[in-house]
Amino acid sequence: MIAAIRRLDPLAWLAVPATAYLAFAFALPLGLLLIKSVWTADGFTLASYVKFFSDPFSWRVLTNTLKIAFLITLVTLFLGYPVAFALALSRGWLQVMLLVAMILPLSIGAVVKAFSWQIVLRRDGVVNRFLEWIGLIDEPVRFLFTETGLVLGAANIFLPFMVLPIYSVVRLIDPRLSEAAATLGAGPVYGFLRITAILSLPGVVAGIAFVFSLSISMYVIPSLLIGDRYQLLATLTGRSFLFLRNETLGATVAVILLIIAIAVVMVSSYLSNRLRPAR
Amino acid sequence: MIRARRIAIFYVAVVTALSVVFLMTPLVVTVIVSFANSTVFTLPPPDWSFRWYERMAARAGLIPSLLLSLQIAAISTAISLVAGTLCAIATVRGRFPGRDAIATFVVSPLMMPGLVVGVAMLQFLRELGLRDAYTSLLIAHIVITMPYVMRTVMASLSLFDFSLIDAARTLGCSYPRALRKVMVPVLAPAFLTSGLFAFLASLDNYPISIFFTDPRTKTLPIQMLQFLEEQPDPSIAAMSACLILLTIGVLFVGDRLVGLRRLADF
Repeated sequence: MIAAIRRLDPLAWLAVPATAYLAFAFALPLGLLLIKSVWTADGFTLASYVKFFSDPFSWRVLTNTLKIAFLITLVTLFLGYPVAFALALSRGWLQVMLLVAMILPLSIGAVVKAFSWQIVLRRDGVVNRFLEWIGLIDEPVRFLFTETGLVLGAANIFLPFMVLPIYSVVRLIDPRLSEAAATLGAGPVYGFLRITAILSLPGVVAGIAFVFSLSISMYVIPSLLIGDRYQLLATLTGRSFLFLRNETLGATVAVILLIIAIAVVMVSSYLSNRLRPAR
Repeated sequence: MIRARRIAIFYVAVVTALSVVFLMTPLVVTVIVSFANSTVFTLPPPDWSFRWYERMAARAGLIPSLLLSLQIAAISTAISLVAGTLCAIATVRGRFPGRDAIATFVVSPLMMPGLVVGVAMLQFLRELGLRDAYTSLLIAHIVITMPYVMRTVMASLSLFDFSLIDAARTLGCSYPRALRKVMVPVLAPAFLTSGLFAFLASLDNYPISIFFTDPRTKTLPIQMLQFLEEQPDPSIAAMSACLILLTIGVLFVGDRLVGLRRLADF
């Protein structure tokens, strides 16, 4: 044992403070939360989970959470993928402007932005005014406290988390590869699909993982944009602890949310390992 | 072929323009509302005024929570910068089993639902008997800030050519001097970027902090959300506008020091 420690690279000691701290303050509490949810005074039991999953309300909360997260990811991917290319291909002041547009919103708090979406989405808000002005609608549409409003606001807040990972991969793609493909007779569509799109996939996976895990765990945004009547896993956890004082329910929901988040991380790291080009 | 290219460029340009407008809308709206002279959030406002800035300054509880948030963010970022950088050096340079696992582990709080981490830490600290809000907040915020430092410094270190240090030593530098002259300038941008984002993440955190506040110890996002629930008036917009201004200033300094492109490296 002592010999094994002696043989260890001395640099390993540098990792100790951070790792030990997180093991104590982060991993241990999460582990205890997991254990306590199945281990009560009577021994091992899944009663709280059986109770949770036998309630139709819980299923609705679960499917709402996954549906909303899926929609937000879809919207951000649809908008973010082209923007990442624009960011990588543009030069000069245009690129600076685009970078500011990505980073500035990223550095402003969720409370501030969710609050401004409350103003934007009101009946007499900017969105309704605009739609009326271009003649798409005749009278104001309700956005606030609807799923559309929530997806719109959250997609806005999470968009940079989709763009930046894709951008950091796309800007490293060697442009000579597409030129080589064109020289060899590949059409632009075929060349894009077979080269650029595939090389950008690690960034896409990272972006999707980011936005999806942010979406399933958001708390401030739904409480401001959709209200208490529409519950998601994260808001239900928060409510159970902070208002309902129902810690058993809160812990159960928290563990379910944790398991989904861990699954997202594992799937995305598996995919990005598979997609990483062999060196 | 040219046509397909043109269509692609047109499509990218349109979606990008839409996205920029989409991203900027909430910021612009907030700033406009903060200067409006009306209690309701009408756009465009009937008249302009500074009254919401005056009201903001008079609101009780705002300044203490701002100071608390800045303090917690500064201390936790500083601690994370030291511990996170050491850990990044160990995982990039060290040759020991489990360093990939350690790298993944230290970045993992970033991907975990904040609320769940908050609940778990609340129960844990309560069992340990720790009830002091300030200490609990600090413990939690180090967990929030550490992954940012680890991720960025690790990425920057893995691009760093360590043979440069040996070269400097061959040319007569002592080891500490070689580190200072070669490694520190290369790492400085990563330090600044990660420090900036860690600081902002701590300043903005709601879902973990909410479990560790008491009536006297409230961080800024919690105080602001409480204002919003109790009495939503444009003084919140004024606070938001001040925060936006502060961020623009920080980004400007960051751009001067390391360049915006580095800040976007995610």
